[in-house]
Amino acid sequence: MELQINGKTHEVQADANTPLLWVIRDELAMTGTKYGCGLAQCGACTVLVDGVAVRSCVTPVERVLDRKITTIEAIEEDDVGKRVVEAWVKHQVPQCGYCQSGQVMAATALLKQIAHPTDEEIAASMVNLCRCGTYNAINAAVHDLAGDGAIRQAAGTTTGSERPGQAVLDKVTATVAIADIGATIGMNRAEPDWIARETETVGGVRD
Amino acid sequence: MTTSLDEVVAPSAFPSGEPVNISRRSFLLASAGTAAGALVLGFGLPLGTARAQAASTPALRGTNVPAFLEIRPDNTIRLQSPFIEGGQGTFTAMAQIVGEELDADPATFLVENAPPGQEFVVMENGLRITGGSMSVRFGYPAMRRLGALTRSMLLQAGSLRLRVPVGELTTQPGRVIHAASGRSLSYGELAPQAMDLPVPDPASVQLRDPSQFRWIGKPVKRLDAHDKSTGKVLYTIDTRVDGMLHAAVQHAPRLGMTVGSIRNESQVSAMKGVHSVHRLPGAVAVVAERWWNAKQAAEALQVDWQEPGADSTLRIMPADFSTKALRERLANESGAGEDAEKEGNVADALKSARTVVSATYFSQFLNHAQLEPPSALARFNPDGTLEVWLPNQAPDMFRADMAKRTGLDPAKIILHSPLLGGFFGRHFLYDTAAPYPQAIQLAKETGRPIKLIWSREEEFLRDALRPMAAVRFRGGLDANGMPIAIEAVSATEGPTEGINNKRGDKLDDAALEGLTGKAYAIPNRRIAQLFVKQTAMLSYWRSVGNSMNDFLYEAFLDELADKGGQDPYDLRMRLLQGNQRLTTLLRAVGELSGGWKRGPYTAADGTRRARGVAMASPFGTQAAVIAEVSIEHGQVKVHDIWQAIDPGSIVNPAIVEAQVNGAAALGLSQVLLEEAVYENGMPAARNYDMYPILPSNRMARVHVRVIESGEKMGGVGEPPLPAVPPAVANAVSRLTGQRIRSMPLSHYTFDA
Repeated sequence: MELQINGKTHEVQADANTPLLWVIRDELAMTGTKYGCGLAQCGACTVLVDGVAVRSCVTPVERVLDRKITTIEAIEEDDVGKRVVEAWVKHQVPQCGYCQSGQVMAATALLKQIAHPTDEEIAASMVNLCRCGTYNAINAAVHDLAGDGAIRQAAGTTTGSERPGQAVLDKVTATVAIADIGATIGMNRAEPDWIARETETVGGVRD
Repeated sequence: MTTSLDEVVAPSAFPSGEPVNISRRSFLLASAGTAAGALVLGFGLPLGTARAQAASTPALRGTNVPAFLEIRPDNTIRLQSPFIEGGQGTFTAMAQIVGEELDADPATFLVENAPPGQEFVVMENGLRITGGSMSVRFGYPAMRRLGALTRSMLLQAGSLRLRVPVGELTTQPGRVIHAASGRSLSYGELAPQAMDLPVPDPASVQLRDPSQFRWIGKPVKRLDAHDKSTGKVLYTIDTRVDGMLHAAVQHAPRLGMTVGSIRNESQVSAMKGVHSVHRLPGAVAVVAERWWNAKQAAEALQVDWQEPGADSTLRIMPADFSTKALRERLANESGAGEDAEKEGNVADALKSARTVVSATYFSQFLNHAQLEPPSALARFNPDGTLEVWLPNQAPDMFRADMAKRTGLDPAKIILHSPLLGGFFGRHFLYDTAAPYPQAIQLAKETGRPIKLIWSREEEFLRDALRPMAAVRFRGGLDANGMPIAIEAVSATEGPTEGINNKRGDKLDDAALEGLTGKAYAIPNRRIAQLFVKQTAMLSYWRSVGNSMNDFLYEAFLDELADKGGQDPYDLRMRLLQGNQRLTTLLRAVGELSGGWKRGPYTAADGTRRARGVAMASPFGTQAAVIAEVSIEHGQVKVHDIWQAIDPGSIVNPAIVEAQVNGAAALGLSQVLLEEAVYENGMPAARNYDMYPILPSNRMARVHVRVIESGEKMGGVGEPPLPAVPPAVANAVSRLTGQRIRSMPLSHYTFDA
C-alpha cells in the first residue's frame, strides 16, 4: 500500500485495517501525532486528510490510500498551519503539550475551511480534550487567527469567549455532513467535523 | 583548539573553595576516546551522568556546576533540571532563575530533565521530587546560587584569558566584558576553561539584588512553546531504539488476581506480527513488531484469572467492592476519629451554641486521566547496564525501585525521564500502576529492547485514585449567627496511607489538609480522621488532600453562613479579621469580580445567575475564588472564575496565570463531571467516553490577579485548584436553593 503523507509517497506494510495513527507512528516513525484514547474521544491523533480533520486512531489506513494526508510534522509547510503555530506560540498555548498536535491540526482544518469562523463555529470545531486546561489560550489563539476581534475582554487578566450552549453545538453538528472516510466522528460527543464539505451552511451560523 | 587550563595557570592559583570539581577532564577524554580537549563538551556527551560521576559530591546542594550546565560554543546553555517538566513551566522557570544570576538570557537555554544522582538534589528537604508544588519555591535558592557560581567561574576564566584581574571584569548577558580595554569574550568561548575551574566557595558569590532582576518576575516566554506546537517534543511514548519490539498487556480485571491458564495462547501466538506471549504478575503481555498488533493480540488472549492466594502481598481488590458500598460505609463508620487539629473545646461550645448544624459531605474517587497513556522503554545493554525511559516525578526513587526489583546495582541502571504528557500526580511511585516493571521483565525475557504502552483502557484499569471521604461536620453558631465551633470528622484513608498500604506513626497529612490549616478564627475546632481503608489503590492527585477537603470545608462554611443569616463573603471577611494577607486577598477577588454580589440576579442575556466564594491555603500559597453560574438545560454552566492568588512572590506571571487557568479547568472538571465508579471490583469507565473530563465547551472564563505579598514563596502548580470546586458549589447552592454536599454536580438534577 502507498500513502501520500506530507507530500511524499510512503510504501507501508501494515494490514489494511490498521488505524492510520499506528502506521504513522510505528511504521513511519513520525511521532508528532499522538495516541490518547483510541476511540476518537480526545482528538490527540488528529491529522488532515485532504485538508479536513480526521481522527487517525479510528481511521483504517485503507480508507486514505489515495488521499493527501498532512501530519503535524509538516504543519509549518502549510500557510494556514504556519499561522496557527505562530498564534500558538504568541498565545503561549501549550502546557504539557501532548494534545497540542491535535489542537493545532483541528484549528488548521477549521481555518482552511472557514477563514473567519464565528464563535459558534470555533466552539463547535475546537473540541479536542486538554487535561492541562489550555482551552482559554486555545480559544484566544483561534479568535486571533479568525481575525474577528471577538475575544471579549472582561475584567481581569485572562479571558475566554463565551461558549455556545449544548443546544447550539447540537444544531451545528446535526447539520454537518459526514465525509465518507469513516470512523472519523466522535461517538459520544457533539463532534464538529470539518470533514464536512458544506461548512458554509453549518447551522446557518456563518456570516 | 582551546588551550588547556593547566597551561594557563595552575589550579592552585585560585581560591580553593569547596567543593572541587576533580578530574573531570581525564574522564571525558577517556570516555570520548579522543584528545579533542575540553571543547568536546560541546557535542552532546551525556554530561549529566559523566560529569556527575567525575565530580565530587558537593558539600552544598546544587553547587556541582559542571553537572548542571554545559555552555556550548554557540552560547546556548544546556541545563540539567532537577525538576521535571510536565506542563507546569518549570523548565522555563529554572532557566529564568539560573539565567538571572548567570547573566544569560533564558531564551538561550536548552533544558532537560537531569538523570538521577545526589548532585541534582537541590531542595533542602533532601528530596528530589517534582510535586507538592515545590520546584520553584524550594529550588529557588540553590538554582540562583548555581547561576551565580557559574558566572563567577566564567569571570575567572575571563580573567585568565584576558590576563586582567577579575575585579576589572563584568558581564552582560552571555558575555564577559573588560570595559577598560573594550575587549569581551562570549560565555561559549570561555566555557571550556571555566567549567574546569574549581567551583568557588558559595559564600564568595553575591546574588543579584531583586530590584535589579531582568527575568525573574517577568512573563518570559516558555522555552517549549514552539516545539510543543509542532509535535517535535518526544515523550516517553515516542521514544525508540534500534531493534526495539512493542508490547501491550491485558491486566487482571481485579488487582491481586494471577494468571491461570491462557486458553488460546497458540492461536494468539500465530497472529500476525506477534513475537511472543508472556505471563507477568497480574497480567499477560504480547510482544510484537508493531504496537497495534501487540494490542490486538493482548486483548484477544483468553485468560483464566485466578483469585489471589492468601499469601498475596498486594492490596487485593475483591469481587464485591463497589464505590457505592464504600460511600455507605464511610458515611456510617462509627467512632470519634483521631485528632489532627484541636483548639478550644468543641463539645462544650456545641452545647452552648444557639444553633448546631450537622451535615455529611462527600468526595469521590478520581482518575488522573492525563492525555499521555503510560509507557516505558527498557533495554539491557551489552555492558550489563539496564536503560529505561519512563515518565516519572522522582528519578532517584524510581531507579532505586528498579534496583530493588532487578537486583541490579543502581549504578548499572540508566534512567531517562522524558517530558511528561501531563501528570497531575500520576507519575509518582505507585507499586502496581506503572508499566516499567513489565517492560523490564519483557526485555529480559525477549533479549530485545521493549517499548510497552498501556492502552487507555489498561490505564483506567490500573490508575491509582484520589481518595474518597465522607466528612461529618458539626458547626455551632452563637446568637449573632457567628460560628463559634466547627468539628470535621473525615472517614477516609490518606493517599500516603493507601500507597504504603499501611498507616504511619502519625496521621497522614495528605488525608486532612484543607480541613486542617484553615485560617478562619473559629475559636473551637476539632479536625479528625476516622481511618477507613478504601480497598482501591490510592494516589496523589493535583493539590492532593486540598483537592477535596477545601470543597468539603468551604461548602459547609456556606451552609453555616446561611443558617446564621450571614452573607458568605462577609462572614469570611469577619472570620479573617486582623489577618492582613487574607483580607487583602479576599478583597482583591471581590474587586476583580467587579464587587461581591451573591445573587441570584438576572444577567444581560436573561439567564438567572448566582455567585459563590471560597478560599484555600494549599502548599504555602493563598487563594480566593469567586465563581458565577447559571443552569442551562439542567446542567451547571460556569461563566466566570475570578481568582486572586498570593504565592508570596513569583518567578513568571504568565506561567502563573496559565497554571491558574489549568487548575481552574481541573477543579471545574472535578466538581462538574468526574467520578471514578467501581462495581464488582472493577472500574465502570475504561476510557474518556465513560469518564468524561472537562471539554472546551464547559470551560469558564478565568480572570487572575496575582498578589505578591512578599511572604515566603509558595507553590503555584496546585494551589489554584482547591478553591474552585467549592466556589462553584456555593454558587449553585445559592442559585438553586439545593444544598450541594458532594461532587460531581452531574449527579444532581436542577430545574432552574
